[in-house]
Amino acid sequence: MNAAVSTPYTVPAGLMDALQVTVLVLVAVGATAVVLIRAHVRQVLALSVYGVLLAVLFLVFQAPDVTLSELAVGTVVLPILLLLTLAKIRKREE
Amino acid sequence: MQYFPFVVVAWILAVGLYGIVTSRHLVHLIMCLIVVQSSTYVLLLGVGYVTGAVAPYFYDIGVHTPAVDPVVQALALTDVVVEAAVTALLLAFAVQAHKRFGTLDPQELVSLKG
Amino acid sequence: MTPSLRRWVFLAGAAGLVAFYLWGLVGLPGFGDYPGPYGFIVNHIAVPQTKATGVVSAVNFEYRGFDTVGEEFILFTAAAGVSIVLRRLRGERQRPAVDEAADRDVPATSSAVRMLALLFTGPVVVVGWWLASHAQTNPSGGFQGGVILATAFILVYLSGEFLVFKRFSPVNLTDVTEAVGAGGFAAIGVSAVAMGLPYLYNFLPLGTTPGAVSSSGTIALISFFVGLEVAAAFILIVGELLEQTLLIRQGQ
Repeated sequence: MNAAVSTPYTVPAGLMDALQVTVLVLVAVGATAVVLIRAHVRQVLALSVYGVLLAVLFLVFQAPDVTLSELAVGTVVLPILLLLTLAKIRKREE
Repeated sequence: MQYFPFVVVAWILAVGLYGIVTSRHLVHLIMCLIVVQSSTYVLLLGVGYVTGAVAPYFYDIGVHTPAVDPVVQALALTDVVVEAAVTALLLAFAVQAHKRFGTLDPQELVSLKG
Repeated sequence: MTPSLRRWVFLAGAAGLVAFYLWGLVGLPGFGDYPGPYGFIVNHIAVPQTKATGVVSAVNFEYRGFDTVGEEFILFTAAAGVSIVLRRLRGERQRPAVDEAADRDVPATSSAVRMLALLFTGPVVVVGWWLASHAQTNPSGGFQGGVILATAFILVYLSGEFLVFKRFSPVNLTDVTEAVGAGGFAAIGVSAVAMGLPYLYNFLPLGTTPGAVSSSGTIALISFFVGLEVAAAFILIVGELLEQTLLIRQGQ
């Protein structure tokens, strides 16, 4: 199918810069939060939110493929694995 | 804006390493390792970015529209999925280590032998 | 070494490391001034050469296909490693996977959670399958589609039905699917060699319309196999951890 060939809409340069700087700052704050939280389940939730922030950053860097991967992996699969490990450890300590 | 993303990459790396060095629980250490790995994804995509360009998918735009570098995106993409599987392997080790030694404190695990 | 002394030693070392790291990063061409010719060349020639409009997947499975074979086998090995490390050790027993609370009055999972999870399972499977089989068109590809397919199975577990999850993904079937995915990728490369072409050469007909489902030769086929393998690997990993948590117990 030959879709209509058109030039894409590009965001004005100043706005794109501001957006990228904002999301980068949020990612840096998110990484600090993940490291500084010591309670286990809370840290897993912080990691999940950090995954969403990373996905938004990848989208703003014009990489939709990496966004899809990071969303599925960082938000669902990694927290599930971590929570199952924590449950197994806690079950043994009882 | 010229170097701000790279400063953020260095910050994430340093914060993740701090978490690994001062960790008291193996699962907390693994989560800090995930943070360190994410800094490399940001670095890869930051290196390949072209100002004012779009994503490299030419289904409905002209073939000669300026687009960002696709090679670093391919690298980052497989990176994300494969390192999740390696993290799962590390978590399996943590589960068995807890069964064997009863503790998951890295500073105590070092002094236990066999 | 006391923890606070360890912290100070780390801070000293990290200051040096970050200083060198920043010195190296500042030597790069600034953010947005990508100079290198390779990216621009690939963008210009990928569509006419492979008739695939998704250039990232074309790079992944065609121009850098050999790297992707290596990464896929890392995934395969990691999944096999998890199965081996989480095996039933001596001195443990595995409870049979039956519903032990069937005759007790157990509070069921909240209906909202069950309904949402089961409602979303079908669309997630469709989205994952579509992504895995359309690598040449959109921002799709085997890796993303496979992971999203695996999350559909995890949704089944999250709706409170661990036994249904076990029945949908028996270990033998996931093992075979994963092997078929990994072996299929390698087999496509080897069948190119059997025809006298270089390993992983794109030997299937390329089609005429860029981005159509039947275009781009081996890229679509490889992406489908990769999707199968990634989904099976993640289902296997999550299944192993679930078994460890729920079924394996201490004692004879």
